[in-house]
Amino acid sequence: MPNAVEIHWAWLIPALPALGAFANATIGKKLQDRLGKGAVHGIAVGAMVLSTAVAWAYFAVMLGTPAEDRYLHQTLWPAFAAGSLRVDLAFALDPLSMMMTLVVTNIATLIHVYSIGYMAEEPSYWRFFSYMNLFVFSMLLLVMGSNFVILFFGWEGVGLCSYLLISFWYTDLDKARAGMKAFVVNRFGDFAFIIGLFALMWGLGGSWTGQKSGGLSLRDGYAASAVYAPLHDGATAAEAEAMTPREHGIAVGPTLDFRELRAEILAPETGILTHLKTTTIFGLPLVAFVCILLFGGATGKSAQIPLYVWLPDAMAGPTPVSALIHAATMVTAGVYMVARLNFLFALSPAAMTVVAAVGTLTAIFAAAIGFFQVDIKKVLAYSTVSQLGYMFMGVGVGATWAGCYHLLTHAFFKACLFLGSGSVILACHHEQDMRKMGGLKDHTPITRWTYAVATLAISGFPVAAGFFSKDEILWKTFTTENLAAPWIGPVLWFVGLVAAAGTSFYMWRSYYLTFWSGSYRGGSGHGEHAHGGEEGMHEAHAPRESPVVMTGVLLALAAGAVLASVLGLPSAWGFTPILESFLEPVTSASRDLLHFSEPGRGLELFFMLVSVGVATAGWLVAAWLYKTGENPRPAAWLAKYAGLHRVVFNKFYVDEIYAATILRAAMWVKDVAFWFDVHVIDGLVNFVGVVVRFVANVDGAIDRYVVDGLVNLTAEAVLASGRGLRKLQTGRIENYLMTALAGALAFVAINYLVH
Amino acid sequence: MLHVGLAHFLAVGALLFALGAYCVTTRKNAVGILMGVELILNAANVNFVAFGHYSWGGIHGQVFALFVIVLAAAEAAVGLAIVLTLYRHYKTIDVTRAERLEG
Repeated sequence: MPNAVEIHWAWLIPALPALGAFANATIGKKLQDRLGKGAVHGIAVGAMVLSTAVAWAYFAVMLGTPAEDRYLHQTLWPAFAAGSLRVDLAFALDPLSMMMTLVVTNIATLIHVYSIGYMAEEPSYWRFFSYMNLFVFSMLLLVMGSNFVILFFGWEGVGLCSYLLISFWYTDLDKARAGMKAFVVNRFGDFAFIIGLFALMWGLGGSWTGQKSGGLSLRDGYAASAVYAPLHDGATAAEAEAMTPREHGIAVGPTLDFRELRAEILAPETGILTHLKTTTIFGLPLVAFVCILLFGGATGKSAQIPLYVWLPDAMAGPTPVSALIHAATMVTAGVYMVARLNFLFALSPAAMTVVAAVGTLTAIFAAAIGFFQVDIKKVLAYSTVSQLGYMFMGVGVGATWAGCYHLLTHAFFKACLFLGSGSVILACHHEQDMRKMGGLKDHTPITRWTYAVATLAISGFPVAAGFFSKDEILWKTFTTENLAAPWIGPVLWFVGLVAAAGTSFYMWRSYYLTFWSGSYRGGSGHGEHAHGGEEGMHEAHAPRESPVVMTGVLLALAAGAVLASVLGLPSAWGFTPILESFLEPVTSASRDLLHFSEPGRGLELFFMLVSVGVATAGWLVAAWLYKTGENPRPAAWLAKYAGLHRVVFNKFYVDEIYAATILRAAMWVKDVAFWFDVHVIDGLVNFVGVVVRFVANVDGAIDRYVVDGLVNLTAEAVLASGRGLRKLQTGRIENYLMTALAGALAFVAINYLVH
Repeated sequence: MLHVGLAHFLAVGALLFALGAYCVTTRKNAVGILMGVELILNAANVNFVAFGHYSWGGIHGQVFALFVIVLAAAEAAVGLAIVLTLYRHYKTIDVTRAERLEG
């Protein structure tokens, strides 16, 4: 096992945004009131810049480390221990998480800066930045966590922040509902994720009680420093000794640490690999079961079929949120997780097939819905779902680095597109309907050009990064030999190619509808949130370019979308993709398990031509139909195929189907529960209430008549005796004397009588 | 011939005491009460002298009786002074009228 490099300041990377979030959450309101918005975004952006600087510093450290030792690690403290499980709060930066950390910190910093302009009129400015910083903190935990638990903590944290930010304008019921939907849909995925995690723990012999489970016989007292343990009951000490490595110990047993898991799976002598493959659960090999469930979690977070429905609704959030969370970072968490576990997924062709097939299906399905959306953000949302499908295609067919590369390039061009759409929306006075835009190329030149560059990138022209990543994915899909059957790869490739043509079409459609197609059609909109001040009063005044904090960020992202090409120039052109070799220490885990056919460089170049061809076709069709805004065909076709259009426009009625099935079932359960609540629980409660009331009445009566009676009686008796005795004290000396004499006489009489 | 013994003296003393006590308890006139007190004191004197004669011998009883007479004189002086003050204050010597300290 390669050496890890212990580092000491990695915690700063997530801690700084956490501090920023805390500061703005506690004193942000006061700062905003007293010092203005500058103090609020000063804290938030400052935290992000510092965090980014630390991340770059560790990137430099990583580059200075030999490739096989690129595992920067920091354990803060043991988080908890339960049974045979020990979980540390630990951060790990290997090339994959380093890449993710850099993407997250850099894109997030840019989007924070952009938000200064975009949210300038927002009264709850401090709340926005607090949530944004909190999101970055959670996302960094997710990508930097060295084990499943920290990852899951971040996983839930980003879900929470997503919810908070989608429903940021919570007074609007639709937006609050969209946030709720995102949260609930994600819970479905998280449930699968947790079950997968438990199944994995069980399979590795872990349990909460310290008893061995999962049929795996391991030595007790598993510890991180443990060496190979006797692997089966019959193993002799000599066998165990023979299997003990001389240089480095490998932990064997239940672990949630990615590196330990990888080490024990990679070494066939441990028997874990065989065990995971041969143990079956519900007829599936354990590893397939675990992987499919973990991927189920990814479908929720990364918006894949069947759980993608929340992402389009999530566009209710502010546009920077859509860019940061619902395009560039959070939604890629599922892809990151599958890439991180490439050694596990590679063990199961079934799971790989599921991942690749679901990704491909999502890619074409979402692209099809994107065709006819009229809300610019909805187009981008479906485009995101579609592009995430490509990423899963990549990691699913075994091209881990290609999936990650697409993640990286997508972060740039999709953030650029979303922020561009935000700039457009601001220019059009919060109008999101593309039918009410048009002709913006003269009003918002910077937004227009950056949008065009990003559109070139996403639709796959070999001038920007999107082409290289998407093409690498498609090529690997065609040549993969890792799926359940050999014909699946080419089929998925073909579907992916069609989806690429669709992507090109709908993206250029959105470009032309927004920036070309005649002149500006819009009036004053009423999109995301109510205008502050008098600006909303002016009907139909011309759109204007956004402030420099926004356009500057757009330029930076557009530049990134182009420059990211450098990281993945294809080997068919005679380059060695930089990112592929950078990620090699991560992907090497599954290198020996994954195979790709090699039909030759000629075919690969030909496929690239085909890709460019279909992208160009999509572009040309979009330009023909929408560039001038005068082509009558779109309207004519809409009228002719109104039924089909309606189905696609209404997103294939998936939401309605869910409403009719899952939601209805849930509602039915709710009704049953409600009936049970009203009639049984309430009955029981009321019965208990009646009984208690009766007992209380009895008790009260006892109290009133017996206890109070005694107390009053005592008081009355004392009063009465006082009243009686008062008469004795007359103040007349003769009375006292008489009484004394009578007493004395009585004593004498008694004395006399007794004797 | 009736032999006069201790019992007779005691009977006289008891009679005197009873009369004195009756006088003290029933009179409203302050001077009457003081007179009753004199009777009680003299009843005691009779007893002192009688017991002194019949039981101990000697003069202890007579000495005590003399002391009592002296004290009675002093008491009468003080008592009459109080009565005089009472009279000045209330214009009466009816003790039932002197009720300023009554509770």
